[in-house]
Amino acid sequence: MSAQKQHITSSCIISENTVYKNERQIFAQPDVEHGVFLLAIYQHFELNYPKFYKMDNLSKLGWLASEVLLKDSFDKSKYQPEEIGIVLTNANSSLDADIKYWESVQDIASPSLFVYTLPNIVVGEICIRNGFKGEDALYITPQFDAAFLQQQVSYLLCNNILQACICGWVDVFGDEYKAALFLVEKSDGGVEFGVEDLNRIFSI
Amino acid sequence: MGTSKKDVFIIADNVYTPIGITTQQNFEQVKNGVSGVQKHDRPDLSDVPIAASIFNQDQIFVPGEHTYTKFEQLLIASIIDALSHTDIKVDDPKTGLIISSTKGNISLIETEENNEALQKRISLNTSAQLIAKHFGFISQPIIISNACISGVMALVTGMRMIQSGRYDQVVIAGADVISKFVVSGFQSFQALSAERCKPFDKNRNGLNLGEGAATVILSGDEKYRGNIRVTGGGISNDANHISGPSRTGQELGDAITKAITNAGVKAEDIDLISAHGTATHYNDEMEAKAITHAGLQNTRVNGLKAFYGHTLGAAGLIETVLTKQCMEQNTLIPTLGFEEMGTAPLNITTAVSKAEIKNCVKTASGFGGCNGALVLSK
Repeated sequence: MSAQKQHITSSCIISENTVYKNERQIFAQPDVEHGVFLLAIYQHFELNYPKFYKMDNLSKLGWLASEVLLKDSFDKSKYQPEEIGIVLTNANSSLDADIKYWESVQDIASPSLFVYTLPNIVVGEICIRNGFKGEDALYITPQFDAAFLQQQVSYLLCNNILQACICGWVDVFGDEYKAALFLVEKSDGGVEFGVEDLNRIFSI
Repeated sequence: MGTSKKDVFIIADNVYTPIGITTQQNFEQVKNGVSGVQKHDRPDLSDVPIAASIFNQDQIFVPGEHTYTKFEQLLIASIIDALSHTDIKVDDPKTGLIISSTKGNISLIETEENNEALQKRISLNTSAQLIAKHFGFISQPIIISNACISGVMALVTGMRMIQSGRYDQVVIAGADVISKFVVSGFQSFQALSAERCKPFDKNRNGLNLGEGAATVILSGDEKYRGNIRVTGGGISNDANHISGPSRTGQELGDAITKAITNAGVKAEDIDLISAHGTATHYNDEMEAKAITHAGLQNTRVNGLKAFYGHTLGAAGLIETVLTKQCMEQNTLIPTLGFEEMGTAPLNITTAVSKAEIKNCVKTASGFGGCNGALVLSK
């Protein structure tokens, strides 16, 4: 049994038209609306994933954050697909997509919009992109709840249900959006996986 | 491994559906072959008639003056009945509350003006706070909205929270309401059957939707020894497609195997599987492959969607409670709608019969590629 401590080995924040990786600003584009900003991130990091264009804003945001989080920071060959999981939280569920879907129903209901009326689809998108097959979960919390997140993820790692976990917050509603993703692994180095550090990085 | 794990007992439960408002009523109805799925001509739900299991429009769930929505009333009514069978204290910080729902109050979007107040009213956070306040829970409610595995995931989460010592007892309630929002979406996927659905049958042609609620109260208190236990859970992702199930069923199969291992039993110890069995072509085929992958192809399987329709976030809870009844009464219940094997071969139940049932598996799968399984043990 591994006695290694759980550490945050990478983090990514996307908020207020700025992208941070490991607490350092790596991209910003002020004064554009967030749909434009999400596309700018996709282009800036030279991502190539045609499915991106079909995603709703919640999935786009979470997927982009996961790309930045994992890029040059994660050696997925160290793990089996079923050892890597995702635990996400947000406050607004899929309400942004719900409203857009319902507006479209007045004409004709679209399956490609309806599928995004579930908050866990963003988890599925990240799993598909990376081939992650471990446990995942989507919880609704009134605000970012570092203690709850730490407790849930720590349980999965301590009990060897997962060996690596992407966790955090991905929330979109209207003009408001924020992603804060953390890669947590059992390792000797990294930032301590604790409430204080989660909160500090979240509110960068 | 796992031998020192705390046992988690089911100490009370409720199933609240169009065919009964207690667990006992529901189990009797199912044993008698009574289905909640009927044809409805309801323009408020669909432009064309649908087959669904829905409550009467004038049915009252929580009498008296209040502002609870139908979704919240279903949760309250179900929790009231479940709590009436125990003496647990809801205002104990060691009592948890988990709410499971796929779409919660989304129906409000259809009739109310879209503004900030409505958006707040739709939020599952608002509903959870109202429920917690109604009963006097003091712990922060935990809300799970993970598509159609929400109910199974809520039970697995509750089990672990008792095993880890975070809570001594947990009230787990799930509900979903059928509205035009949900119906139109499933129609757009051409996933709905115009007739009562036929899980695992050769002629199955889609699912029925259903509404309902269920509550399960778990406790780690040894005084409940002898009650049915929740002993294992496993959750996985297909990493294949956001709206289509895995082609191989391997990932659901892995979730089942993880749940069985977690429970400290073996595949040959499982006496019954309560399948997700939505009666769509792809789900049932995937599930049959998954059950085979987990080495359970000869184990008895039931599917209850022809009784209840697909009750979304409540389904995992409703079907787990009925499975618990099967175990307590050593009774198998039939898979209504099933006549001829239409997937990889499984041992599907077709009639009420007596059998010793010691360990059961409950499965669920949903959009986003998620799969969940749990084990109940005597």
